[in-house]
Amino acid sequence: MNLFSRQAAPYLIYLVGGIALPVLFPNYMFQFTVLWVMILLAVTWDILGGQMGYNSLGNIFFFGAGMYVCAVTQIGLYYDVAEYTASFGAVKVDFTADQYYTGLFLGILAAGFSCIFFAIVFGWVVFGLRGPYFAIGTLGVALAAGELVGAWDYVGGGGGVSLPVYPGEPDDRAAFFYILNFVLAVAAFLAARGVYRGRFGLAINAIRDDEEKAEGMGIHTKRYKTIGWAISAFFVGMSGALFGNMIGFIEPLEIAFPTVTFGIFMVVMCLLGGKGTLWGPVIGATVFHAFKEVTWTYMLGWQWVALGTLIIVNVVFFQQGIMGWMQETWPEKFGLVVDDGLAAEETDLEVSR
Amino acid sequence: MIDRWIGNIDLLVIAPVLNIQLLLDGVFVGAIFALAAYGMALVWGVMNVKNLAQGDFVIMGGYIAYVLTLQGIHPIFGLPIAMVVMFIFGWGVYRVIISRVINKDMFTSLLATFGLALVVQQLLNLAFGPEVQVAESHFEINSIFDGLVTVANIKVISLFLAAVLAILIVSFMKYSRMGQAIRATAQDPRAAMVMGIDTERIYAFTFALNAAICGAAGALISMIWVIQPFFGIGHSIRSFVIVTAAGLGNLPGVIVTGLGLGVAELYGGFVLGAELQQFTVVGLLVGVLVWRQIQQKRHRQVVQ
Amino acid sequence: MTPMIEVTGVSKSFGGVVANTNVSLEVPQGRITGLIGPNGSGKTTMFNSIVGYHPIDEGSIKFEGREISDLQVQEIARLGLLRTFQQTRIYSKMDCVKNMLISVPHRDESWGTIFRAYPPEVTEKAERLLDFVGLHAKRRLIAGDLSFGQQKLLEFAMALMNEPKVLLLDEPTAGINPTLINGLIDRLKRASEELGVTLFVIEHNMPVIMSLADNVYCLANGRVLAHGTPAEVQNDERVINAYLGAHYTVDDE
Repeated sequence: MNLFSRQAAPYLIYLVGGIALPVLFPNYMFQFTVLWVMILLAVTWDILGGQMGYNSLGNIFFFGAGMYVCAVTQIGLYYDVAEYTASFGAVKVDFTADQYYTGLFLGILAAGFSCIFFAIVFGWVVFGLRGPYFAIGTLGVALAAGELVGAWDYVGGGGGVSLPVYPGEPDDRAAFFYILNFVLAVAAFLAARGVYRGRFGLAINAIRDDEEKAEGMGIHTKRYKTIGWAISAFFVGMSGALFGNMIGFIEPLEIAFPTVTFGIFMVVMCLLGGKGTLWGPVIGATVFHAFKEVTWTYMLGWQWVALGTLIIVNVVFFQQGIMGWMQETWPEKFGLVVDDGLAAEETDLEVSR
Repeated sequence: MIDRWIGNIDLLVIAPVLNIQLLLDGVFVGAIFALAAYGMALVWGVMNVKNLAQGDFVIMGGYIAYVLTLQGIHPIFGLPIAMVVMFIFGWGVYRVIISRVINKDMFTSLLATFGLALVVQQLLNLAFGPEVQVAESHFEINSIFDGLVTVANIKVISLFLAAVLAILIVSFMKYSRMGQAIRATAQDPRAAMVMGIDTERIYAFTFALNAAICGAAGALISMIWVIQPFFGIGHSIRSFVIVTAAGLGNLPGVIVTGLGLGVAELYGGFVLGAELQQFTVVGLLVGVLVWRQIQQKRHRQVVQ
Repeated sequence: MTPMIEVTGVSKSFGGVVANTNVSLEVPQGRITGLIGPNGSGKTTMFNSIVGYHPIDEGSIKFEGREISDLQVQEIARLGLLRTFQQTRIYSKMDCVKNMLISVPHRDESWGTIFRAYPPEVTEKAERLLDFVGLHAKRRLIAGDLSFGQQKLLEFAMALMNEPKVLLLDEPTAGINPTLINGLIDRLKRASEELGVTLFVIEHNMPVIMSLADNVYCLANGRVLAHGTPAEVQNDERVINAYLGAHYTVDDE
């Protein structure tokens, strides 16, 4: 089997599937859309978690932050945000199609770029922490954000914000959001792949393997950590913006900052698929999402228990994840060279002088 | 929003007796936080496992006491029963899950205990529903300072019980064979093994003991506060904050920090409003971690 | 000529334990300087202080005439002052070539270069250096899978890749099979002569350090006990007593 077709296979599967599946099964459009959201969340988490070794439990912060920034932009461009949120929908607000699309477009951009800013600030707060402290610290920031926003009346407080209504038919709306999420997920994947190839990829791997050694060799660790997080935040923020619009209504703890659900899913998906590999997060997200949909449909009431059990089993028995397992079972097929073929040639030191 | 906060602070200044209420309630609840934190520190120090399911163990203990009250057993008697049940549960959890993640990297144990927390939360939710519950003790509520400050007798009893438990546990750790074995294993597991200590048994016992401590804390919480299936993570975070701020080997520090956290939380809830009461805990978490980073930076170290 | 490293009156304690007291030494350019002393005499602490791993309590540390005791580890490394570790630290999940690539000098890295791949000359240099230490055949292996001795060589090659001006080596021959030590010493000498790297070496292996070093410092109880040429230090009675355990301090002269 030549390398070209094996390398191209996953691209083909996901691209063809991404285009064909919603056409073949339009009733499941929403679930497919969520699949692309999951893939994006997993791929972006892995930049920090799998490739850089910084296991964040708070990446969901950017999801919610992006969501709110986008909403405020969309509304704020045309109306007074405070009045809008205070009315709780009692005042019916109409956005024209023009206003909707402009607001959405600018909102998404605002979400992305504001999250880059947040990542820099956030990084200053948590990058002096390692291991479990970093994980719990990031969890804390995400939880705190959810609580704070929930008490902030300007953005609707605990009652949430309802977003501008899509100017079109429900079917068109479903397709519209599907395409946007699909494109964003692909963009995030290509961005990750792109940065892994250059010296940035090597640097973050070095930070993962031995950060103190990396510092001792003069690597600008803080710079790389911040950039990695900014890239992650950029895409997650935009994804949040889209998600809020798709649901149509933002609620701080359930939808914007679902720390204990989506926030943890990211980690589980990457673990399942294989941390630190290119396709691991994608495969993990796909398998996880399918598992979740199945258990939600057939195990109602027990789906969370099933999920928790999946996490435990994965962590305890299957740490290397799917990609890791495949790399161990068929090393040659996955690019790991066992030896240069010159095994017989000894190092200089081993030949006595 | 900020005006409300300032208004509340003014109230505290104008009516100093309010401070006494907050302080008392903070201490009553903080003592329980300190207890749970000690259990977390125990498992952390001995096995290097950060138990994110700690809070859910506490809630479990609370529900055990609650269920017993439904059977007519007073929660004060429910406390030792909760401890025994949780001890057995903890031993089982160690054998099935924890023993397998103990030598892997730290994130693994965090995630494994998180998965456990999720399972426990959801099972409790399925069994009891999402309403908050209390284990009624039917004790009197007294008041001091002309009725301006209420003191529920059960809270005083709870503080007393927490103190008794603390003394029992510390004495156990200091003077019993098992306690000494635990401390030896914590310091150097390989040396302990060479000396003939069965480290697996020690770890199982330690984890089970922690679960029992959580069970006791939970019974007390159900008596003087409320329990709810999803309140577990809050308790886990509280324990983590206390252990991080006080340091692992520092028992007096844990007590003081625990009491301080209780008081801080009540003040936070009063000044910032009920909706932000949850925020106080996470806010303190972030605050403690930032403070530790600044401390470590002076030695060119990181928090790890 | 300004010495490469100038340590003056440096003291460092950890809590109640005094690791270094009033240590002064100089590492001249282009030569090999040795640092010896019994276990616990404060040698590794001195190294750690020099590379900025922790702040010092008193004194000054200058690198090429410039004060570095207030700088961070990365900044000092980018100035050209590197160290290797006693336990040997490499990037265990990457292959040897990648370990080498990421070890290029980072003083030239700017925001513009971050996402680019390394040009082929860098890979060629990496493979040349791997060949120099005898790891060329193993260059595609994952570094974590190498033997301890091979990892030590890789760490050394990575240090050379970084084009350091001074390299602090912490017990480079520890854990190496005695028959292979000659090869390592040979490479150290060649690095010093051909590549112009100043070496500052902690060693417990006396024959090695005596044949390698141009001048030697001996530490005991956190202080400088003696220094001079290998022959002088080797025959110094105080040094012999320090190693054999007799309680000897600098003041008992």
